[in-house]
Amino acid sequence: MDVLALEAKNVTTAEAEKKSAPRPKPKPPKKAKRTVFFEVEIVDLKTKEKLLLLDKVIRSLSIPTDPKWYPARQSLRLDPKAKCLRDEDILQTLPVGTTASFYFSDLGPQVTWGTVFLTECAGPLIIYLMFYFRLPFIYSPKYDFTSSKQWVVHLACMCHSVHYVKRILETLFVHRISHGTMPLRNIFKNCGYYWCTAAWMAYYINHPLYTPPYYGQPQVNTGLYIFLVCQVGNFSIHVALRNLKSQCAKAKKIPFPTKNPFTWIFWLVSCPNYTYELGSWIGFTVMTQCVPVAFFTLVAFIQMTVWAKGKHRSYLKEFRDYPTLRSSILPFIL
Amino acid sequence: MASSEEDGTVEEKENNNKKRSKSALATAWLTFYNIAMTAGWLVLAIAMMRFYIQKGTHKGLYRSIARTLKFFQTFALVEVGHCAIGIVRTSVIVTGVQVCSRIFMVWFITNSIRQIQNEESVILFLVVWTVTEITRYSYYTFNLLHHLPYFIKWARYNLFIVLYPLGVIGELLTIYAALPFVRRSGMYSMRLPNKYNVSFDYYYCLIVVMLSYIPRKEHFQ
Repeated sequence: MDVLALEAKNVTTAEAEKKSAPRPKPKPPKKAKRTVFFEVEIVDLKTKEKLLLLDKVIRSLSIPTDPKWYPARQSLRLDPKAKCLRDEDILQTLPVGTTASFYFSDLGPQVTWGTVFLTECAGPLIIYLMFYFRLPFIYSPKYDFTSSKQWVVHLACMCHSVHYVKRILETLFVHRISHGTMPLRNIFKNCGYYWCTAAWMAYYINHPLYTPPYYGQPQVNTGLYIFLVCQVGNFSIHVALRNLKSQCAKAKKIPFPTKNPFTWIFWLVSCPNYTYELGSWIGFTVMTQCVPVAFFTLVAFIQMTVWAKGKHRSYLKEFRDYPTLRSSILPFIL
Repeated sequence: MASSEEDGTVEEKENNNKKRSKSALATAWLTFYNIAMTAGWLVLAIAMMRFYIQKGTHKGLYRSIARTLKFFQTFALVEVGHCAIGIVRTSVIVTGVQVCSRIFMVWFITNSIRQIQNEESVILFLVVWTVTEITRYSYYTFNLLHHLPYFIKWARYNLFIVLYPLGVIGELLTIYAALPFVRRSGMYSMRLPNKYNVSFDYYYCLIVVMLSYIPRKEHFQ
């Protein structure tokens, strides 16, 4: 019997037993093509209408029976040790015969990247402003009416807020996110980190006993200019990357410098958005001369280097003619 | 073509030899290290017993063994290196956290806060540490020599049921006893205003450390 049995083997939870019973049984490829297309037409309305491919359709067939296992949460593999199949994979192109068995595992509750980004950025924005406006319970009452804020404190607040407002607007209008979701745990981890460090920084910068930078106004100005230049640069890179993706939906392309001078750094670096981000935070550190900010910059540098190296490696793997002059995050150094 | 093939096999043999000699060297070093640490903690145990038998009190015991304790406990940092280069199959982070918490107790609590050195809780955790470490290092030693006596194995996996809570109690009581002295002296703390725009209060840091004992899992090593 050429029955294409879709065995769902749940690697993590024991609920697979309940789950595998209502698993649909698609037919062999030749018939499945016809059947699947037919099913595509039917199920099309119910899915998030990203791609109308076999994989998606087969998985979404389980929705009426088990609404808990929405597609983003499902992970299908050909082999227990192999990587997950992506949303775009088509049954015909996979190395399977007439009988294909997929291993199912539950990725846990998922949350979209957009949601995570927005909460990550809205938090620090609000928290910093709470400290800036010196809400009553934050600083000891003995500091009331002691001193007015220095100019650099106002500047720091403006820069910080502009940075996060820019990030929120980019998340809403500029970014094109390729991976749909991430595990729910991540939102707590990421938000916890961002919110706590924002509170830690804001506490010291807006403290009544804040000491302005050692070299005075020149130091503040230098920090401010570095920050502004890098913010504009970061925005230009995001726009350039978006334009790259908009021209061709799924095919990956190498980013190249455009007419915008801020994108000329693409000659030297694979991930200039991280370079500019690092530059902004260095500028902010110089401007405020505050150890918590320096700590945050350092951690951000380490994390972004890890991401940049990964991205650089995947570029090198994907494109044979990738420019050799480029480094991952710091020109010629890293 | 034939010569390159030969070179290939010769190279492979060389690599295998290198791997074998490396793991022989690693085993030799680990055996030496574990024997040395067992001996060290035995010395500590004997010194503690001698002091108590001779003096009849625990006051001044810590001072008499302080240097030996600091040496052997700090030397345990080498274990993090073992995990990092891979000759020991444990996670670097788990070992790191464990060793760091010990070093924190020795250097930042009992070494720097003189007034609590005669507390009973100090003796409690010292005794616990001594028994635990002797068991642990002798277990590793016998494992490496492939001759594991049953009672060592039994001790390693059963004594901790009693020793771990006792050790935690000893450490927590010591930190708790140290709190008033830390507050009064303001040690290791930095106040505002300063040009780095940061402040640190060792008193609250210690309270956080005490709270962090709650989700500890790496003690189950």
